[in-house]
Formats: sequence, structure tokens, C-alpha cells
Amino acid sequence: MKSFLLALLKSRSGLFGFVLVLVFILAALLAPYLGLPVPTRSSLVARMTAPTWTGLFSPGAHPLGTDELGRDILSRIIYGSRLTLTIAATAVVLGGIVGTLLGIVAGYYRGMVDRVLMRIVDIQLALPLMLLALLVIAALGPSTSNLIVVLALTSWLRYARIIRGQVLALREREFILSAHAIGASTWRIMIKHLLPNVMTPALVIATLELARIIIMDAALSFLGLGVQPPNPSWGRMLADGRVYISTAWWIVTFPGIAILITVLSVNLLGDWMRDYFDPKLRTSR
Amino acid sequence: MTKAPLLEIRNLTVAFDTPSGTVHAVNDVSYSIEEGETLGIVGESGSGKSVHALSMVGLIATPPGRIVRGEVIFNGRNLLALSQRELFDLRGREIGFVFQDPMTSLNPVLTIERQIAEPLRRHFGMSASQARIRVIELLELVGIPDAEQRARQYPHEFSGGMRQRVMIAIGISCNPKLLIADEATTALDVTVQAQILDLVRELKRKIGTTVIWITHDMGVVAGLADTVQVMYGGRIMESGPVRSVFYDPRGAYTWGLLKSLPHGERRGTNRLYQIPGNPPDLTQEPVGDPFAPRNPFATDRCRVETPPLVNAPDSVPGHKVAAWYDLRAEIQRMEGRP
Amino acid sequence: MSDTLSTTAPQAGSPLVSVRGLSKHYGGERRLLGGSAPLLKAVNDVSFEIAPGETLGLVGESGSGKSTTGRILLQLETPTAGNIAFRGQDITGLSKHALKPYRRDMQIIFQDPYASLSPRMQVGEFVGEPFDVHGLSGSRSERQDRVASLFRKVGLDPSFMKRYPHEFSGGQRQRVNIARAIALNPAFIVADEPITALDVSIQAQIVNLFQDLQDELGLTYLFIAHDLSMIRYLCHRVAVMLRGRIVEIGPCEAIFDNPQHAYTRALLSAIPVPDPDIERSRRPLSFDVNANLPSEEAVLRPVGDRHFVLEG
Repeated sequence: MKSFLLALLKSRSGLFGFVLVLVFILAALLAPYLGLPVPTRSSLVARMTAPTWTGLFSPGAHPLGTDELGRDILSRIIYGSRLTLTIAATAVVLGGIVGTLLGIVAGYYRGMVDRVLMRIVDIQLALPLMLLALLVIAALGPSTSNLIVVLALTSWLRYARIIRGQVLALREREFILSAHAIGASTWRIMIKHLLPNVMTPALVIATLELARIIIMDAALSFLGLGVQPPNPSWGRMLADGRVYISTAWWIVTFPGIAILITVLSVNLLGDWMRDYFDPKLRTSR
Repeated sequence: MTKAPLLEIRNLTVAFDTPSGTVHAVNDVSYSIEEGETLGIVGESGSGKSVHALSMVGLIATPPGRIVRGEVIFNGRNLLALSQRELFDLRGREIGFVFQDPMTSLNPVLTIERQIAEPLRRHFGMSASQARIRVIELLELVGIPDAEQRARQYPHEFSGGMRQRVMIAIGISCNPKLLIADEATTALDVTVQAQILDLVRELKRKIGTTVIWITHDMGVVAGLADTVQVMYGGRIMESGPVRSVFYDPRGAYTWGLLKSLPHGERRGTNRLYQIPGNPPDLTQEPVGDPFAPRNPFATDRCRVETPPLVNAPDSVPGHKVAAWYDLRAEIQRMEGRP
Repeated sequence: MSDTLSTTAPQAGSPLVSVRGLSKHYGGERRLLGGSAPLLKAVNDVSFEIAPGETLGLVGESGSGKSTTGRILLQLETPTAGNIAFRGQDITGLSKHALKPYRRDMQIIFQDPYASLSPRMQVGEFVGEPFDVHGLSGSRSERQDRVASLFRKVGLDPSFMKRYPHEFSGGQRQRVNIARAIALNPAFIVADEPITALDVSIQAQIVNLFQDLQDELGLTYLFIAHDLSMIRYLCHRVAVMLRGRIVEIGPCEAIFDNPQHAYTRALLSAIPVPDPDIERSRRPLSFDVNANLPSEEAVLRPVGDRHFVLEG
């Protein structure tokens, strides 16, 4: 952990990403203690208040303005990040684990296992993701956990396909043969020899996927299938705010910026982590 | 009056800027080659033998590569001062190349004829039919039977040895003044290697091209080169007429290499002589004799001061060595002791 | 043949490894559309024995099937036909589980020291992995000590245990591979071109290490190579392979001093010698492989003491 932080301090972009992610996480965790207005409390008098930077610490201040129901946007973004980040992170981790493992299994066993798994991937890729998500949610009903499952479902195949390709190449490498030669079990070969060597592509996909999933979550919320009102989520805020883009630009702009910064910082952090976990690059720092 | 050498390299120094630091790949390399000569350059990976040859015709990627200093005078022109455009016209036309891997050096989707004709058409502006005549002539020259028919085939229809013959045909297609072969037989089987080496000797007789033959194999150089140059850690350690260097080496590295190869002994005889240690770390700033850490005869001076490449005492003209120690005296002392 | 081999108990003078009629064919299966994939006989009816403590050299050009033979011996590939006996026990086609005890006795060292180390595993872990797999790790410090002693045995500094493969030179990586291969005190090691990819100045170090370990541990080697001068230096007997078949096998002296098969002669005449005078007067014999493919009916016939040549 110490070396991790030391290495992080040496990378400007990695540190930047790390700090931003940390700020988002802390803000989400500490939201109730920040003295923010209740995110769901509407106030008709304060409808669509433009952002004001005067009297920031007075109780009625809305630094990022209010939405069409007079709810404080800053508060909604911070409270919204709790749901959005939890949903996105869980979905990325879930999809990543399932996809990586299935990719390893397909690439390692080849043959029938591989063919079946890859056909499933092909079929799913042929279906529009949104349609799939709509179908599943329509069938299961909208809830946070269903949303996570659906998002993970749209995500695993990206890992599976790329990791499978990597494993196909890796399994011919001599260190895998060497593991067979000492009598290592299939499980050991997968976990100790294949997995560490596919972590880099998996991490790259994960950072891209996190961004995609946040946007997809927004899209689903936009269609009313994601987080249910009045709970705030970034996607929902975008969806609701779009109508007012010409009259009250802040309603839609600030959640958009929040998504942008999150995706950017995760990508920066991911890039750095990819290098960090590569022993070849680590010693050179 | 002596003729100017065909190629003269002065103080060529090449470095690569990598994440793990600056790699000092070629350090202060100077040598010249006369027209018609065959120069064998021997060295192991990281010796700078390939990098220096590629860098002088602009074939290393910059960055990370960087020519720190030096001059490469070829036929009266400084190659390092040429533009990309001029180098483009030079490569293949005046300097031909043959690389190690005949599998990846040929384009799999083009016929052999197209690939040999390409430099001819580009450099000489030949028409397709003119080029075709020359292609068949070249294929016959490099010993490919049924040239007319083979010319229309694709690389996968050729064996490894045959592909390397095609590569040589491309290398000599424009009658270059200089042919540089970089580990050109390393990927081939020994029997095929022997055939290719025969071909090169025959071509030298027929067309008299000047050749730089880069390899790690002392045996290949012994049979092919007029002069040999031994490289280690980005420097020239020893150079000179091939017999003199092989039979009377003055550098500890050359001596150790020759001694560590089995000379037809059978098992159960002595252990092989082994050079201790590992190849140098090229990210270290080069100080002193690069071979000093592995040299049993190294003196304190070897470790701090780089020896210049100078004429070896009491040897034939042109035999040069970079050493502060006296190898002959050291060997005598070592063998005198039981 | 397999019956007689598997039922006889190992006895003094019996071979450690014995291979009978080994074949490995690729392709040949019918394709969905039109005809069948071309059949490649990578290894074709190969038989030989290796005595305990012996080094058998296996030479041949690329594609001769020498590496495949080595891999089949360790059951890293399954043979199309034939069988392999180790200490008289037939181990052909055993399950992964049934093979596990044999894995302690038979190991392999590969050619490419860059591809044969797990890039994301510390080399100390890599060398100690056989202990973990066979439940012999003991306590943490015991394991550490044993790995350290393996490191010393192959001439590596034990303080390198925590490093990753890319921090090592080719020769050092090959030492790591050797340390792993000898971790479980095997009786037999297949060395698949272990020095081909190494720098010339390192090759002698590794060859000497192979010999020292043989003297110290009584190892038996199948040494696969295309460099005949090293084979001559290291091996008791030599087998020459051509397109999947052994064309000549015999004691080292017989093969080098009295080669019988045209291919062996061509191979011997083609080795470059680091001696300008010899090299310049040498005329390599040419041998057209495609025009001289051994016929399917050809058999190995004795031409001298333990010296056989493929004829027919």
C-alpha cells in the first residue's frame, strides 16, 4: 500500500485521477454531514434559480442553482453520486469478473465451451443493447439491483471476447506448458498464470466500461427504467433537465459535467493502474 | 594514393530514450570499409551491431532512438545529414539490405515478382516488362530454379531458404554499392544456412558487391569475411583481418568467445571455458571498458577509462584492439601457472 | 508392445525412458466443406530408449518433429499412436491426476527464456511453485530456504527471488527455468533447445551448468538442439530426425566419426566452424530433403554397436 501511494505521487495524471475519484467517493459517503439541503425537498418559490455564488454559506444558497421543482442541484448531484457511482461500480465489477472468467474459460478450454460462449456473445452483440436492457427491466421490474444486473449483462461480453483472445495466445506460451509440466491444476493455471496476465486488458476495458455504464444508466433513467423518482441520479437529472436547456441551462449542464469529470478521472486512474500493475513498467519508476 | 573508403563511420553514438532510462546502444563507433571488402561484424544481442547499421541509414525509430553524434560518410556524402526523401532514394538503390526473418520481410499478398520489381521500378523507373526481365535474371542469379514460373508465386509457396534467396535478390536488385545483411541466416536451418553462405560467396565473385555481414555466429564470419569486427556493449572491441583475429586474438572478449565454443571435443573432457557474468546493462552510463566486469584480466584502468581502438602490437597491419591489458602476457602467465 | 513394457518391473540396466512407435499427426480430419485438412505427420513411428544417467541428443532442422517428440514424452501433447514408458510404467494417455506423481520425476526446459517465465510472477514464486503444486511447501521459511538453495545451485543470487522476469538477462532466466525444473529432484529432464536463444558468451555457462547438475543429481537428459557441436560435447548418444522420423541413432562417436545417413552427413558438413582456414576449405554436402524423404516402409537397421540407420 505504501509503495502504491509512493508510485502514485510520482505520476501527475494518475494522482489527479485518484484525487478526483477520492473526492467523489468522500462526497458521496459524507453527503449527510455536508449541511446540504435535502435533495428531494422541492420549493416552488425557488424554482429554476440560477446559480448564485453570493452568500455561499447561507442556508438558502444554491451554488449550482435549482431545478424545475426548486430542488438544490449541488445536493442532488452529490446525493445522486451515491446511487450512480454504486450502480456503475458494482455493474463494472460484476460484469468484469464474469466476463474475465468466462473469457479465460473459453480461451483455455477452446472447443465446444469456446464455441458456445462465443456464439452467445455474438447473438447478444447482434441485439441492440438498449433493447435488451428494456426487455430485461420490463420483465423484472425497475429496481436498483435489477439495474445493476442489466448493466453488468451488457458489459460482460466485452471482457469475455478480448480476454479470450489474449488467453488463446497465452496458452501457447511456454510458461503455461511449464505449469502443465509440473502438474499444476487447471484452476491454478487459470488463477495464477492466466489471470495476472490478462489483468491489464481487463483494467483497460473496465475504465472504458465505467464511462459507458454511467452513460447507459443515464439513458435508462432517462427512459424511466433506471433509478426511480424522487431519488436523484445523474442520468435522471439529465433526463429531466433536458426540457429546460434553453431556459435553465444549469439543470442539465452540471450533472453532465459531473459525469464528464467522473469518467475522465476514472480513465486517468485506470491508465495509471494499468502501468502500475505491469511489473515491467513498475521497476522503471 | 589510396582511394577513399566506400563507407566511413566516425564516432557514431546512438542512444534510445526508454521508460527505464537512456539505453546507450552504440558508443563512439568508428570504422571504414573499402570497396569490394566483406566485413563481418560479430556480437551478441545488445552489442550494437544491428542498431549502428540501421541507424546510419535512418532505419531506427526516432524517438525513442537518437543519434547523439557522429558522421557516416558513404560515397562522399554524410548520410546522417540527408533528408528522409534522400535516404529513401538511397536505401535499396545504393545500399541494399537483407534482414533476419524471411517470413516477415516479404509481403504475403504480393507475388515474388512484384516485390523484387518494386525497387527496380521505383529507383530506375523500369516498366513492368523491363523489370520482369531483370527479376528473372535475379532469381536465376540467386539460384532459384524455374525462375519464370516461380516469379509469379506468392511467398508462402517458398521454403525459408528460398525466401531468403528472394530477399537477397531484392537486396542486390539495384546493384547497390553496399549490401548489409543483418543475421540473414540466423533463422535458417544449418544445411540451408550453408547453401545461402555459398550463394553469397558466389555472388561476391560474380558481382563484387561490398558486404557488411552482421551475425552472432563466429563460424559464419570465419568462412565469409575478409575483415572481422567484434562488438560488445555498443563498442568495437577488436577488428582486423579474419585470420589474424581468429588465430591471434588480442581482446579478452574475442579470446573468451572463441575459447568457450566446443572445438569438436567429446563429453567427459574438460568443462567448457565460460565467460563469467552477464551482458552489460546498457542503461548505465558507459564508463571504461564495457567488458571489464567479466574480464579476468581487467586492470583498474579498464574499469575507469575507455581504451581506444589502436593497432595491436606485433600483429598484422589493420589488426586493432581496444584493451589496456596485454592479452598475450596474461594468457602466458595463466598457462604458466598450474 | 505396451503390454510387455508395462508389466515388466524396472530392473538394473533397464531404460529410464522408453518410447515405442510414437506418432503425432496433425490435421487429416474432415472439414465441413470439401475434403479433409492436409495430414501432417509431425512425428512418425519414433522409438528410442534412454538409460538412467544418459544424455540423448535429438537433432534435426525446424519442423523435424524433435520438439514435439520432447513434449509428447512429458504428455504435454497426446500422441496419435505409440506409447511412452517411464521406469517401465506405461504413462501414455494417463489422466492429469494419474500423471501427477510422474511430474515430479520428469521435467522440461524450454528454448525461449523470455516466453517460459510467467511475466507477472516473482521468480522466487515461480521456482517454488512445484512445491506448492505437490504439497511440499512446508512452512513459509522452509519454502523460502529451499528456493534459496535452488537459486544457489543454479548460480543465481537468492536475493533476486523477489524480482520479476524482465529484470533478468536471457542467461539468468534460463537459470531460473532450470532451478524450477530441478525443484522436485526429477530423474529426467527434456531440454528443448535450451541454449539456442542465448548469447554466445552465455551458452557455455548453461552447458556447464547442465553437466554439473547431471554429475551432482544423476540426471538423465533428452537434449534437443540443432547445434551439433554442443550435442557432441554434451551427449552420450545422438538421434537425428528428419521430417518426423529418426534417420540415424547411435553413440556420439559413431554419429560424428562414421555417419551413415546422407542427411546426417549433410548436417555435419554444414556446421560453421569458428576457424577461417577450415571454414574456407569446407564444402558442405547438399541434401535435398524433399527429394529424399524417408519412405513409409523404411526401418532402422543396425550398422554398428548400438548404431542404427533408417534404410528402405
